[in-house]
Amino acid sequence: MVQPLGYLKESASQTAGPYVHIGCTPNFSGIHGVYEKDLGSGPLYNDKTKGERITVRGFVYDGSGTPLKDALVEIWQADADGFYQSPSEMRGKADPEFFGWARCPGDMATGEFVFETIKPGRVPHSNGKLMAPHITFWIVARGINIGLQTRMYFPDEEAANAEDPILSRIELKVRVPTLIARKDGSTYTFDIHLQGQKETIFFDI
Amino acid sequence: MRNTMPETGAFFARDREMHPPAYTPWYKTTVLRSPQRALISLDGTKSEITGPVFGHNMLNELDNDLISNYAKPGEMPIGQRILVHGRVLDERGVGVDGALVEFWQANAGGRYRHKKETYLAPLDPNFGGVGRTITDENGYYWFKTIKPGPYPWPNGVNDWRPAHIHFSIFGHGFAQRLITQMYFEGDPLIWICPIVKTIPDEEAIKRLVAPLDMNNTIPHDMRAYKFDIVLRGRRSTMFENRKEGN
Repeated sequence: MVQPLGYLKESASQTAGPYVHIGCTPNFSGIHGVYEKDLGSGPLYNDKTKGERITVRGFVYDGSGTPLKDALVEIWQADADGFYQSPSEMRGKADPEFFGWARCPGDMATGEFVFETIKPGRVPHSNGKLMAPHITFWIVARGINIGLQTRMYFPDEEAANAEDPILSRIELKVRVPTLIARKDGSTYTFDIHLQGQKETIFFDI
Repeated sequence: MRNTMPETGAFFARDREMHPPAYTPWYKTTVLRSPQRALISLDGTKSEITGPVFGHNMLNELDNDLISNYAKPGEMPIGQRILVHGRVLDERGVGVDGALVEFWQANAGGRYRHKKETYLAPLDPNFGGVGRTITDENGYYWFKTIKPGPYPWPNGVNDWRPAHIHFSIFGHGFAQRLITQMYFEGDPLIWICPIVKTIPDEEAIKRLVAPLDMNNTIPHDMRAYKFDIVLRGRRSTMFENRKEGN
């Protein structure tokens, strides 16, 4: 016999369901007077935040090509210098005017999500190489049993993307473009395809 | 609010045999919303081992009291008054302090307050169904609410969700992000629910069933249910890869 390891098991995930907005964005769902504003709504920056202002928008599509109208999307990203606003950030201090996290429900009529944010700086990988600028996405919805994690990279960072330690170890190169947004001025469009030919890469992190 | 050194280790690998797989056709909506290709494995980088931290100062006094936070002055919602409490732990058994816990639910009759909900059971004018709290230094949380009712949903011809409360939890890293559901001890609907049955492991289902907790029931006021939530554990700091300051 050996000593028991004694670890607990993670609680099992369950779908967020069609009414995730009640709990996460109650004002959006029509419940007013409980929270002043929905957590994570509005721009990620204010007048004092450092960095280039950008808009990130897109749709989450199902396997028939229909946009989900009940998804909830959250993003997490570094500041303009590549620092995270987190106690686990040991390399330096993040911009005090930048929180780095936001959530957006898909529009109930069209399904579109929109974030007003800044372009993140580069963050080092544990192997010492710099990762290309990226935004971490987490997507939940009715019909999604466990939150899906992916990353958005920038099309105007070709050199950084080429040496990114995560992108470069993806074996099927034809799938890499699913992680790279389209650019139009200061707007980046990042469509997420849950299933099918254009299926987005999702990570087991 | 955190007294201990911040932790920077990567998270334990997720046990995907225990969690529901993406494709569970008996829960019909998953058929078109499940990725068909394998997930790409990614040992946590700084982008996933970090995560947002929310301060207690964002909370209003009634955020963890669903009996009061939507009620008109002097009125209360109809239904079974309950206290739901427990701890947010990680897989090492360590209490997760400062964890934002959000919850939402239907009213006593199984009706959600949502624009797209059409079930014929009536809304309760004094019940909103939303709340949140932040765990204390030991990972402890609690809230007061009304026990939700079961409700029918368009999946099979006669499918009913068991009484449940949805939970959304933030740990210390974005990789710990979790949404789950709490069920109530003794509910016979649990074992015939297609959404519960997306979880392949019976023991994992049982861990989502909150027992009645008579020790914490408030006599002549409300019963209590205890619900502990476990987030992923993380490697100890001394075993980190320290190259280039990660």
